[in-house]
Amino acid sequence: MGSDRSRLGFYLLLAPILLWLIVLIILPHVGLFLVSISEKIGPREYETGFDNYAAFFSEPLYWRTFARTAIMSIMATALTLILGFPIAYYIAKLTRGRTKTTLFLMCMIPFWVSELVRTFGWMILLRETGVISNTLQYLGLVNGPIELLYNDAAIMVGLVYTSILFMVVPLVTTLDSLDDSLIEAGYDLGGTSTSIMREIVIPHAMPGIVSGCIVVFMLSLGNYLTPILLGGKDSLWFTGMIYTQFITRFNWELGSAFGFLLLGLSSLVVFLGLKFSGQSLSETMGRS
Amino acid sequence: MPFFFLRGCNLTNSHPDLECRDLTKNFDAFRAVDQVSFDVPQGSFFSILGPSGCGKTTLLRMIAGFQSPTSGDLRIKGKSMIGVPPNKRPVSMVFQHLALFPTMNIGDNVGFGLRQRGVGKAEIRARVEQVLDRVGLPHVAERRVDQLSGGQKQRVAIARCMVLEPDVLLLDEPLGALDLKLREHMKIELKSLQHAFNTTFVYITHDQSEALVMSDNIAVMNKGRFEQIGSPHEIYHHPDTAFVAGFVGDANKIDAKVTEVNGAMLTLATEMGSEMKVEAAGAGLSVGQPAQVFLRPEAIALGASDAAAESAANISHGTVETVFFNGANSTVTVKDGAGHLVKVAMPQTGDFATLRKGDAISTRWLPKQARCYAVSGDV
Repeated sequence: MGSDRSRLGFYLLLAPILLWLIVLIILPHVGLFLVSISEKIGPREYETGFDNYAAFFSEPLYWRTFARTAIMSIMATALTLILGFPIAYYIAKLTRGRTKTTLFLMCMIPFWVSELVRTFGWMILLRETGVISNTLQYLGLVNGPIELLYNDAAIMVGLVYTSILFMVVPLVTTLDSLDDSLIEAGYDLGGTSTSIMREIVIPHAMPGIVSGCIVVFMLSLGNYLTPILLGGKDSLWFTGMIYTQFITRFNWELGSAFGFLLLGLSSLVVFLGLKFSGQSLSETMGRS
Repeated sequence: MPFFFLRGCNLTNSHPDLECRDLTKNFDAFRAVDQVSFDVPQGSFFSILGPSGCGKTTLLRMIAGFQSPTSGDLRIKGKSMIGVPPNKRPVSMVFQHLALFPTMNIGDNVGFGLRQRGVGKAEIRARVEQVLDRVGLPHVAERRVDQLSGGQKQRVAIARCMVLEPDVLLLDEPLGALDLKLREHMKIELKSLQHAFNTTFVYITHDQSEALVMSDNIAVMNKGRFEQIGSPHEIYHHPDTAFVAGFVGDANKIDAKVTEVNGAMLTLATEMGSEMKVEAAGAGLSVGQPAQVFLRPEAIALGASDAAAESAANISHGTVETVFFNGANSTVTVKDGAGHLVKVAMPQTGDFATLRKGDAISTRWLPKQARCYAVSGDV
């Protein structure tokens, strides 16, 4: 009786997540997959096959954009880590109480504004008639207006800015759990700041680093607004390409195939990242 | 020439391993350590005993180099350590919660300090194995930290420090987290490890039994100051101050007023009217002054007098209030005629084992067995 009731409770509690998984993730993907393996041979005539995937590999623009997106996302992740780690270390280890909360909040505040507005903020700063260009001209460092928008560096800035919070939060959490006496013990045993960072702090923070990197990489890879707005026409991003297939070209079949390739790519990169860092996904997600 | 040589040797040997001179540490307006001076000779076990918040941790952290003194000097083997960072000092510290690195295995933990010094890999492995062997844990180098028991971790933490052959090993209440049985065992073990390594140990604790069992010398610390430095025997039997008498060991504290001074022999009376005689040379008490008398439970004998030294003894008659049975440490509380409660240790011979609440009993103690101090208002 009691066990029946607890079993019912278990399924009731499980229901929302199952619904979420099935309705929002599994069903659309099954649908997309079916679309991606159908080839259009005439009006309203379809055949099953992998022509859409073949099209991707035969057209250099497609797979080059694909590779470019992957490489730039990895670079954005690395940059975010390099910038985020000192911030997280400062918040977690070098501040106490009120200052800590304030700093943490200050990292959070930009995210109260929509991503679109934040990206426009960057456009105001970087465009030809923007703040930075005008300041440089006013100071006499440059002669004419300079365009800082619409290049890869602008995309990189935007990507790092958008995702740095998702790196700082898991890092602060893991670094917070590092006992100060471990760092002191390191110094006491003759360690230098560098060796303590390398042998004690970073190994301890590894789960946070990995989970932060996974999140940031996924966000960058799947980002649409930032590369389109800051990168302009010349800077292609794979999500933009998927959008074009679905909305502009109305080629859902190819778009779906692209979608699946992107899923495969992100899984592959995360898998390789975990392999190289010697972490397991369950450990990373469980600990941080 | 040989003469000079010899002298030179003597000079370096004459320095104690650790010397502190008027060491003071202020935190804003609060003075955590107040003009502390002491020497620790080579190869001795020195304990700093005090209640929590007395400044002993601050003192230890200053020796380790994690905090810098406000004033005063600190010398290790004759060399001043002021301004020397912790990673350059010839001291190692065993932390309260040991601070073993959980991301490394035991061998890497112990070898950490040697790696920092740039010792070769093969030599590190050999020395790590050797030191683990000395602390009685051979072949654990490959294990993870969480695979060891509390006592084993303790020994690994000591091995991690000792592999560096420090001049002074600092220990910050490392036994605090262990259960009672293991703590008793580790006390003996720490002492024998110290003996085996022949290294100077500076141990801080709030547990008097740890300090008494292990130390060659104990400093009792209170409110940032050293109350007394001495051997465990001196600290226990000849406490200099009322604080030491009350803090170390068990004692009956009796408030009284001096009614008569006769050389070293004082006669005191409590508010409730009972009189006692105490031998207290040098207490500097005069008639009418309030005083505190400390009397150890084991200094009091139970039962009828046995003729000898009768006239000198303080004898009172009372009734048994409570019996606390605790094996060999059983005590009994006796209420005397004037209503004072006195704690008395049960003789271990088994006499008086049948005492029950309400039994009539007499107590007696010799004047030289109590300690008497002027009231300082401190304790």
